[in-house]
Order: sequence, then C-alpha cells, then structure tokens
Amino acid sequence: METPFHIPTVAEMTAKGERPDLLFWVGCAGSFDERAQRITKSICKILQHVGIKYAILGTEENCTGDPAKRAGNEFLFQMQAMMNIEVLYGYEITKIVTACPHCFNTLKNEYPDLGGNFEVIHHTQLIQSLIADGKLKPADGNEFKGKRITYHDPCYLGRANEVYEAPRKVLEILDADLVELKRCRSNGLCCGAGGAQMFKEPEAGKKDVNIERVEDVIESKATIVAAACPFCMTMLRDGVKAKEKEQEIQVLDVAEITAKANKL
Amino acid sequence: MMGQIIFFCLFMIAVAVFIRNARHIYRNIKCGKAVNRSDRPAKRLKLMLLVAFGQKKMFKKPLAALLHLGVYLGFCIINIEMLEIIIDGLFGTHRVFSSLGSVYNGLIYAFEWIAFAVLLSCVIFLVRRNALHIYRFGGRELKNWPKTDANLILIAEILLMTAFLFMNAADFKLQQLNHPSYHHAGAFPISQFLLPLLPESASQLVGIERFSWWFHIIGVLAFLNYLPISKHLHIILAFPNTYFSKLEPKGKFNNMPAVTEEVKVMLDPSLPPPTGEVNRFGVRDVQDLTWKNLLDAYTCTECGRCTAVCPANITGKLLSPRKIMMDTRDRLAEVGQNMVKNGDFQDDNKSLIDTYITREEIWACTTCNACVEACPVNIDPLEIIIGLRQYAVMEESQAPASINAMFGNLENNGAPWKYAQADRANWTNQ
Repeated sequence: METPFHIPTVAEMTAKGERPDLLFWVGCAGSFDERAQRITKSICKILQHVGIKYAILGTEENCTGDPAKRAGNEFLFQMQAMMNIEVLYGYEITKIVTACPHCFNTLKNEYPDLGGNFEVIHHTQLIQSLIADGKLKPADGNEFKGKRITYHDPCYLGRANEVYEAPRKVLEILDADLVELKRCRSNGLCCGAGGAQMFKEPEAGKKDVNIERVEDVIESKATIVAAACPFCMTMLRDGVKAKEKEQEIQVLDVAEITAKANKL
Repeated sequence: MMGQIIFFCLFMIAVAVFIRNARHIYRNIKCGKAVNRSDRPAKRLKLMLLVAFGQKKMFKKPLAALLHLGVYLGFCIINIEMLEIIIDGLFGTHRVFSSLGSVYNGLIYAFEWIAFAVLLSCVIFLVRRNALHIYRFGGRELKNWPKTDANLILIAEILLMTAFLFMNAADFKLQQLNHPSYHHAGAFPISQFLLPLLPESASQLVGIERFSWWFHIIGVLAFLNYLPISKHLHIILAFPNTYFSKLEPKGKFNNMPAVTEEVKVMLDPSLPPPTGEVNRFGVRDVQDLTWKNLLDAYTCTECGRCTAVCPANITGKLLSPRKIMMDTRDRLAEVGQNMVKNGDFQDDNKSLIDTYITREEIWACTTCNACVEACPVNIDPLEIIIGLRQYAVMEESQAPASINAMFGNLENNGAPWKYAQADRANWTNQ
C-alpha cells in the first residue's frame, strides 16, 4: 500500500532551506511494525489532505526511550532522550505530533526536565482540532455510519495524560452507534503491553491481559474497536484472534477510521 | 473526685503514648529521601479538601462510599461529643454543654442518629468483608493480621457506638426519674428504644450509665493508641497524604538527576565528571524510597481498590499493588525497630526487594496507573515498583532476558526490536 504522495523528511526540507510547521514523530512501532505502518500512512494521508507543512525525521528518528525508562533503565532512557533532543533542536522543531501515546507521554512530560521543550500532541488531538476547524469531514454515506463502534482508552493517553475526549469526539461525527466498554476512561483496562510488557513474556497467571480486555469488547457487541496506540493495536488484534472473533470484530486506529471516513 | 483523678491519669497516659507513637512514625517517614511536594500550596489544599475531606474518589463505588461517609461523619461529629465527655471527666460535670439549651438538644439528637448510622454501616461492612465474596477483600496479603485488624476496627466501632447509645439511654431514664445528678438535657431519638431493656432501679441505672461512659472513653483512648499499629491510621494521614500528592500528569515519571549528570558527561567528555555522590540507583530497601512513598505506606488502609483494578492481578499474576504498600510499611516498621534497638540502622540481611517483594511481582506491572487512579487517598504504588526495577536493572543488571535484549536493540538500533536504524524510513516507499 504505497502512498501516492511523497513523505518529506526534515533533512530534505532543510536542504531546500525550508522548515516543517509540524514534525510527525512516527515512533518505532509505526516505522517497523507492518500493521502499525498502516496507521502511520493514514496519518500522513490526513496531513497531506489538509495541507499541513509536515515532515518526519526518517532515519534520524530514535526510540524516545520509553520502554527503557518503564523497565528501569534510566541511563538508556536519558541517553536516548538527550540524543533526540539534540536532533530536534538541531532542526529547530517546536511542534510535534505523535502516533503513539508512549512517545507522546515521554516527549511531552519527561523531555522538558532534560532540556527538550516542545509542543507535543497526539494524533487524536490533531484530528479533533482539524475536524473542529472544518478541515476534515466524513464523506456522505461513510462506511462507518450506523456501525457499532467502541473505543479502547490507551493508558498513556487516558489516565496518564487525561486525554479522553479528543478520540471520542473524532468518532462522534461518524454518525455511528457508539458504545462504551464497561471499563472506560479513567477506569479503562490496560491492553497488557505497557511498562515494557510488550517486549517480554507475561508472568504466570490465569490469562493474558489482552484476553481480559477483548472480553470487554465482545461484551459491548461492537463490530469495530477503535484504538489510538500501536501497542494496544497489537494486543487487541491478538486477543480478537485468540477468541476467534476476527470475522466479527475489526480493530482500527482512530486515524485509519478518519482517513477511511474521509475517503483518503 | 477519685473518678476525676483516674480519668485525668488515663487521659494523660493515652495522649503521651500517642505522641510517642506519632513521633516514631514521623521519624520512620523521615528515613526517606527528599522530594519537593510543597510547591503550589493553594492547589494542594484544594486537592486535600476534595479528595480527603470530600472523599471525592470514594464515590467511584457509591454503596461503599455512602457507608464510609456515615462512619466518617460519625467520627468527625462525635468528636465534638468527645470534647464534652473529656470536660465532664476532668471536672466531674454532667453534660457541660447542655447550657446551650435547644442547640445542645439538637446536637445530641444528631449525634444519636449519626451513632446509629455508624453502627449500621459497621455491621454491613462486617458482613461484606466476611460473608460476601468481594474480590478486593480476598488476596493472599489480606490473611492473618490484616484480616483481624480490619475486623477489630469494625467491632471496636460497634462496641463504642453501643456504649454511647446505652449511656444516653440510661441517662435519659435517670432524667425521667428526676435523679438529682441527671438534669434534663439532650434528645434521644435512637436510645429511647433501649429504655425497655434497662432496669428500673436508679442505682443500677447510674451503674450502667457510668460503666458505658467509662467504656466509651477508655475505648476511644485505647483506639487512639491502636491506630499506629493498624491500617486505620488513614483517618489521620489521609489529609497530609493527599496534600503532598504528585501534581504532574500520572504518566510523568521523575528523571533521576544523578543519571542526567553522568549521561551529560558520557555524551560530552569535555564536561567535568559529576561531583555528587550517588549511593545507589533505584530502590533496594525502604531508605531508598522518598518520604512520600513512606507516607503512602503508612496511609494505606488496605481497601484493595488498587488491586481490584490491576490488570496483572485480575489476570492471576502475583502482583498486587496493595501488597506493595503493605510490604513497604511492614519493612519500614522493621527498620524503625532496628533503629530504636541499635541507635542506628544495623544491617539485618533483609531488604524490601526479595525479602518482601519478589522480582516476579515487579516485572508483572504494566505501569498502567490504574492503581494510582483508584486510590481514594492518592497513594502511588507504581513509583515504588519502578524504583525496584531501577535497582534490579541499574545496580544488578538483573532484568528478564527479553528485557535485556530490548535494551540491547535500543542501544544499537534505536528501536526496541532488531531492525536496522537505516531501515527506519523504508515504510515510506513500500
């Protein structure tokens, strides 16, 4: 699924003597994970469509250090952070949108104390403001109309940063049958990937966290569960697969839903 | 007169012992490392009023919140009555505030209803805790002493309220008999129903009234000194604990300044080496925690709302945020005793990690902040878990193998997976 347009890097822009208004921080999952790449491309389509002057860091982007920090490796985290801050300051970046709540949280909350001050937003917030400005509008008869859709709050967007409304508002304009999960907003249940769990086997227990969460989704009778985090995406999809519900339940990122609804 | 002297002595002993215990706890909390939680006082005060005084977070569970509110109001308001009881005890007066007239009658009327609400709530709490299968009242950390502690508190409150009501009932009956020492005062909407249970003889009634009075006041003084060894300490510490809450977004974890200095030197060797002495990275024992973590531990009332929402715990993993707090308090109490005994802390070959909290527990955490969100008094178990991980990783290099592999990838490729940095933008032309 190649994008029909060119995705600029900050380096290219700088070579042309230009500077992006907005840096799109893709993140490791968005760069390497095949499923998450589709979310990344949806975000690019949206940015392209509304005509924001954006760019990515490309090969100059590095992990924010979030998984290292949550796993207790403060040295590695701060090394990553300082290197990233140097790159970002080198390009005089002031505003960043991230595709991942973990990158979002780290850049927004933990970089300032290390000297990195940027305006950081999550893609659901960007999309919401674009909708509010009238720059994005679902096409007539969009494919989500009337569909039963639920939303899974990512911990690092919801509880960690209290962004509950933006993703919901983005879904509200679809004219869909929106339904909340029984554990939602500040009571939302984790998908099981946070705190570097994504990179290790879970400890022994009765079941995996993502199974517990997918049971909430099944109970909601939604046919689409909207996610806003690439790790939640992986966990929810694995859970749906384990429950053999792939035919009934689709897991889509808020950005993908928006891109599709706008026929991008 | 004799009664007054005995009361005075008992009261002074109880207060003195309480002060001694309180100082002991204060000193234990001061074992923790420094952290600034005194900025933005107006915001902190507001938070304390909302969360501790207003019990805002309790109302996520309406039934428990309502019952708890009954007990809490009872505790606060009956303390006004306690003041009268203490003055009566010291000066041999009878219902000294009754000169307030109808205001006093109104107060006693309210106290009676509140006492009844407390009694009823505590009975329901006992049933809920022991007969119903409520998830958060189970768990391996809530056996033995913690279970007994919870029941003792409820039984004590039931007994205290019963004594209070019987004291009023006997008093009321003596007033009706126009006993010279019991002038007409108060209103008794609840204890009037106890009258048929009481004898008719004035001397027996005086005996019952006095016994209830002494039982109630000795009970309260004993309870005051039970607090420091009990989970019930939250009735005091909930206030400072919410005042000193973390005000930043929950997702923001502190950056270790000692690490920052070292990293700066690593990235720029021309800088002078860091001067600050760092004893230890992360948390091995309670002394490595901040004083706020330790205050958290003493404030925890083991309600288990944290554990009931913990994704690791509800899927059967060993981790329980409540146990993290209980272990921290138990270890701190042990360290405190060690200091009392030896003058200064002497190594006892124990530590918070391993002796109390296992590696399996700390690595099961998803850092989702559900426990922090759920706590009605703003306790943060997550900070302790991360501190323990930092010790395991930075001091011991003892992380699970797959976590070490992730670290390696991050260091070499700038991503947690084994992909080359040069391939990072390949998706743009795929």
